[in-house]
Amino acid sequence: MATVADLTQGQKGIIKDFAEHVLPIKLLELGCLPGNSIELIQVAPLNDPIYINLSGSHIAIRRSLAELIELDIIEETQAL
Amino acid sequence: MSKNINVALIGNPNTGKTSVFNQLTGLKQKVGNYPGITVEKKEGICKLPRGVKAHILDLPGTYSLNTTSLDESLVVELLLNKNDKDYPDVAVVISDVENLKRNLFLFTQIKDLKIPTILVINMADRMSRKGISMDIEAMEKKLDTKIALVSTRKGQGIERIKELIADYKNLSSAPNVDAKRISPEYFERLQKTFPNEDLYKLWLVITQDVNFMPIEKKHIEDATSFTTKSKEELKKLQHKETVLRYQFINNTLKETYKVDFLAAKGFRASLDKILTHKIFGYLIFFVILLTIFQAIFDWSSYPMDFIDEQFALASEWIKNTLPPGVFTDLLAEGIIAGIGGIVIFIPQIAFLFLFISLLEESGYMSRVVFLMDRLMRPFGLSGKSIVPLISGTACAIPAVMATRTIENWKERLITILVTPFTTCSARLPVYLILIALVIPKGTILGLSYQALTLMLLYLIGFGMAIFSAMILNKILKIKSRSLFMVEMPTYRLPLLKNVAYTVLEKTKSFVFGAGKIILAISIVLWFLGSNGYSEDFKNAEQIVNDRIEQEGLSTYSKNYIQNNIDAYRENALAEGIAPEVIQDSIQSMTHDLRERAEAQEIASYKLEHSYIGQAGKAFEPLVKPLGYDWKIGIAVLTSFAAREVFVGTLATIYSVGSDEEETIKTRMAAELDSSGRPLFNLASGISLMLFYAFAMQCMSTLAIVKRETNSWKWPLFQLGFMSVFAYLVALIAYQILI
Repeated sequence: MATVADLTQGQKGIIKDFAEHVLPIKLLELGCLPGNSIELIQVAPLNDPIYINLSGSHIAIRRSLAELIELDIIEETQAL
Repeated sequence: MSKNINVALIGNPNTGKTSVFNQLTGLKQKVGNYPGITVEKKEGICKLPRGVKAHILDLPGTYSLNTTSLDESLVVELLLNKNDKDYPDVAVVISDVENLKRNLFLFTQIKDLKIPTILVINMADRMSRKGISMDIEAMEKKLDTKIALVSTRKGQGIERIKELIADYKNLSSAPNVDAKRISPEYFERLQKTFPNEDLYKLWLVITQDVNFMPIEKKHIEDATSFTTKSKEELKKLQHKETVLRYQFINNTLKETYKVDFLAAKGFRASLDKILTHKIFGYLIFFVILLTIFQAIFDWSSYPMDFIDEQFALASEWIKNTLPPGVFTDLLAEGIIAGIGGIVIFIPQIAFLFLFISLLEESGYMSRVVFLMDRLMRPFGLSGKSIVPLISGTACAIPAVMATRTIENWKERLITILVTPFTTCSARLPVYLILIALVIPKGTILGLSYQALTLMLLYLIGFGMAIFSAMILNKILKIKSRSLFMVEMPTYRLPLLKNVAYTVLEKTKSFVFGAGKIILAISIVLWFLGSNGYSEDFKNAEQIVNDRIEQEGLSTYSKNYIQNNIDAYRENALAEGIAPEVIQDSIQSMTHDLRERAEAQEIASYKLEHSYIGQAGKAFEPLVKPLGYDWKIGIAVLTSFAAREVFVGTLATIYSVGSDEEETIKTRMAAELDSSGRPLFNLASGISLMLFYAFAMQCMSTLAIVKRETNSWKWPLFQLGFMSVFAYLVALIAYQILI
């Protein structure tokens, strides 16, 4: 199962499910809910943390947290 | 109406809440601390139409009422406690037009507490650029509130907020989301057990980890007729609550808020590509760092020199104008010098906070945190520790204040504790004079030994900070569960007004906070240095005068006079002044110089027999193994106030009248120890430098650490740990090198 940590730069995914008891409620409130989209904007040097667009909120989280969020990766569609 | 309307400003971070606060209150604001904790409490008065006044409280930024940090729980605590004197008559929720959806989450929670609530949609000036259009009237209906569309940047909409506040009695206080829908069965039971309490309030109390005074959590858990749920079940329900709220918000925005992505223009993406780039990102950060250093070391030296001069003049003026006496001495040497010691830091602090607030306001700081986080983590530090560590090379005081941005308490505490190891500017005069004395002038590979030594000292300081962070990370057992999450806000041009307020406020809080303690200790040091109990002290003038009469001036004084006269003669001859005139001048000069030399010898003798001199003598056995004599011992003692005092104290002890480095240096070089070798040799010099590199010789830092950690425990720990470590290193260095 793919997680947010598996996204490559510029790739998007739709949040499927997550281990909800370990994920901080703060992240849910920012819109980390099943059905919402996540886009990986940038990965920091040394691969961590990662910078994502979580349904409109631009935030950086550590990789360990990203691994807890499962999603379906949407193959990158070419921009118009 | 005599009572002020209590208004609470609430909002997500980065929504411009502080700008709204500044524009509502202007300069009629004050910043204090909430009792017992170091969270800043900002409040102010705002004049409303029809002569009514509002008391505005700027609450810490929070994403929701489910709290994860001290700042956030404060918001919840206030909103749940109707008896609090600050309990709001009306809540003003500040949101930002681009992140409205997420901001409304907090709005619905506050609305559900049945507090009359106004919604402020800020940054309205960005709407067209982002392709956003809104139907405010429809939105007001759906959210059951009043909305003010505001642009703090352009100063628009502030009057509308004031009108809405004045008119708060007409606001609806009906909830947005019915709490019962979270779990009908559970809430039914809750209602039966506590028929008089508000359901959503109860729910907040149950799900928070913090214990609130008004409705005791224990009280709920103890109620026998009511079985509470396990943590996991509660979390599931919270999840459900989040989903319900977003359903409500999506439903509201579907009709009233439209974004035309084709019209949206933004430079966030392209700027981020460069500023967080693997190579360019660091390069740009490095250049910004250099600029900050330049400002702190170079630009601020002009105002600092100026301040130094003015205070010296003021002190001189007082001595010359007021009748001589204890009071004049206290004023001139204790109080003025003490205040000067505080004011001298203002330029550096102001510059530093100017840059920090520019970086923060523009949104760049989040990018630095993003770049540095992984590098800092192995040491128990966070990406957010980088700013304080860098600031520390100027001065540990603003650096410790800059740790406030770190939400995680353990990471913040470690940063505060290790920051004083970085080489601050006060160590520089000490290093410079010692290096010039004991490090040979030669070069290696084109680099001078002296420059290399100075660089090495900077590296040692930074290395020690990192190393001790690693150790503290292992030994400190502090549970801190706050997660690392940084919002990457859109880039915006900093608002000058906000930057100015920040600089003003931080400088003020330094001057009045730490200043009091610095002043007090300066006065104590002055007292100990200018008073003594022994007969020798009381009869100092008599004794010294007798000695001079019998043995003449000390060799040093003689040289001092001779050198001055020689210098004058050489100059005068070169300028072609007639020999007779020169002879006359020299005669009156000798007289003046002799008087000065005598006064200095008395001062030196007095200091030796003052309380602090006695202390230095008593202290000598302790510093002897490090290669210091009692005079250096006194300098070390007095420089506890601030490191740079070291040079000044030695100047007084060696009765050198001027603070000119060259004279002190010559005098220090001539000083011999009991076995006839130079007192400042390689071994004792390096031992001294290492001592100053590691010791906590700065009461201002201790004062600020006390303030920031709100306990004496941590500054005392720091003092003990650093002093013992410095002593041991200095001891080992001296014993090996000697």
